[in-house]
Amino acid sequence: MCVCVSTEGQSDHNGARREIREEMVRREAKTGNEVMAEAMRQVNPDVVAAYPITPATEIVQIFASFVADGLVDTEFVAVESEHSAMSACVGAAAAGARVMTATASQGLALMHEVLYVAAALRLPIVLCDVNRSLSAPINIHCDHSDTMGSRDAGWIQIFSENAQETYDNVVQAVRVAEKALLPVVVTTDGFIISHGCETVDFLEDSEVQEFIGEYTPAYTILDVDNPITLGPLDLQDYFFEHKRQEIQAVLEAGRWIDEVGKEYRKKFRKGLDFLEEYRVDDAELVVLALGSTAGTAKVVVDGLREAGTRAGLVKLRVFRPFPAERLARLLARFPVVAVMDRSDTLSTMGGPVFVECRAALYESGKKPLMVDYVYGLGGRDVTDEDIRRVFSDMEQIRKTQKIPNLITYLGVRE
Amino acid sequence: MKKKGWKELPMAAVLPGEWSTEQFPTGDWRVERPIWDEEKCVQDLMCYLSCPDSAIKIEDGRMVGIDYQFCKGCGLCAYACPPKAKAITMVREGK
Repeated sequence: MCVCVSTEGQSDHNGARREIREEMVRREAKTGNEVMAEAMRQVNPDVVAAYPITPATEIVQIFASFVADGLVDTEFVAVESEHSAMSACVGAAAAGARVMTATASQGLALMHEVLYVAAALRLPIVLCDVNRSLSAPINIHCDHSDTMGSRDAGWIQIFSENAQETYDNVVQAVRVAEKALLPVVVTTDGFIISHGCETVDFLEDSEVQEFIGEYTPAYTILDVDNPITLGPLDLQDYFFEHKRQEIQAVLEAGRWIDEVGKEYRKKFRKGLDFLEEYRVDDAELVVLALGSTAGTAKVVVDGLREAGTRAGLVKLRVFRPFPAERLARLLARFPVVAVMDRSDTLSTMGGPVFVECRAALYESGKKPLMVDYVYGLGGRDVTDEDIRRVFSDMEQIRKTQKIPNLITYLGVRE
Repeated sequence: MKKKGWKELPMAAVLPGEWSTEQFPTGDWRVERPIWDEEKCVQDLMCYLSCPDSAIKIEDGRMVGIDYQFCKGCGLCAYACPPKAKAITMVREGK
């Protein structure tokens, strides 16, 4: 279906006017998985090596049908496990191919050791991950344990609020990866986004191709006239230096995220950014969330605003590299902040987002009273009612200036 | 030789050229050294088959010596050598 869309005159809650874009756009109702597969089709990567796993199976299945139907030029490698999938991706990327894959949960966990190799070899692989809990007990539904489990692997990690953002994130991720020379994982929330149907505005194939441009790999193992050695033994004398290079690459990746996001915004619509600020200008009570929960929180914020509460939301879109300085600068403005974590570190310190937000604020002269809400594990539903409770807790904290519970397990039965 | 700092090294340890362990001697931590006696050798190549590090030198199908650049002194060659030949004996390094 094509519809005429005009965004002229619309403004977001920070008052910034969006780009004028009045033209025929392709708008279709699609699930998050369909959207990721469609973005992959438009990217038309050289190689996709993947193994199906719930709830990401469809991405692989749909993309395989694109290959079978001749809609892409991709070499599809059907492998026997996710460990092999990421290994094949690393091999193909080292050969100079533009490479993508998709997985979830145990699949991402099985890729774990190869994720580190992909990042350390500076291979710009793009992985579509559908967030799902990790066993045990076995569960197929959404939480962020899988992605958070690979947070120290050297990958750029982007979370999506809805199907539209998922689409835009995947397209931009290709550019970010190839500029930063680091692999990128774009995530959706299992079943909530992956299987939920939404209307999404798609770019034209040619627009995607033009945006991502032709890929020139930093190196290739297939150039026989200029042979290289990849992955040599690197002991006490050089390993540290190479790790230091990788750390620098992650430090500098933020620049590319900003640049690619800006360009996307200029050309199409709202682009990639580390944070989204939603009605925070005069906010006193602020929830910080990532993924689909940010959408639910926006509805709650709107409702509370109507009732006169100065509520706001900070949405964390990019978790790696962690935007510590920006986040500290922003959060320091608010009296009370509640972090929403859809996973726990099992370190007794709460969820990973909370742990890192607190660390980011350590040097701040001014800091908010901050609490953590671990929620939604194994797909436990988080409703507007739950988030309203978080705001009412924050109201109490603001009034009493006391934190009764640093970490709350929201929605768990006692 | 002054070792290079992280800003000077090639990205991701990608080395130009074809490099292999041939250019990286690994035999320097050997405790015992195999000594080969050509006179006693029956050329059954059991040492060659048992060496885990390809440190038995072969020329024209014959054992011609031991590559001490890579031999780690595990002693498997001496163990595999037939007892009647005993062409390889292990001697402590430094003795």
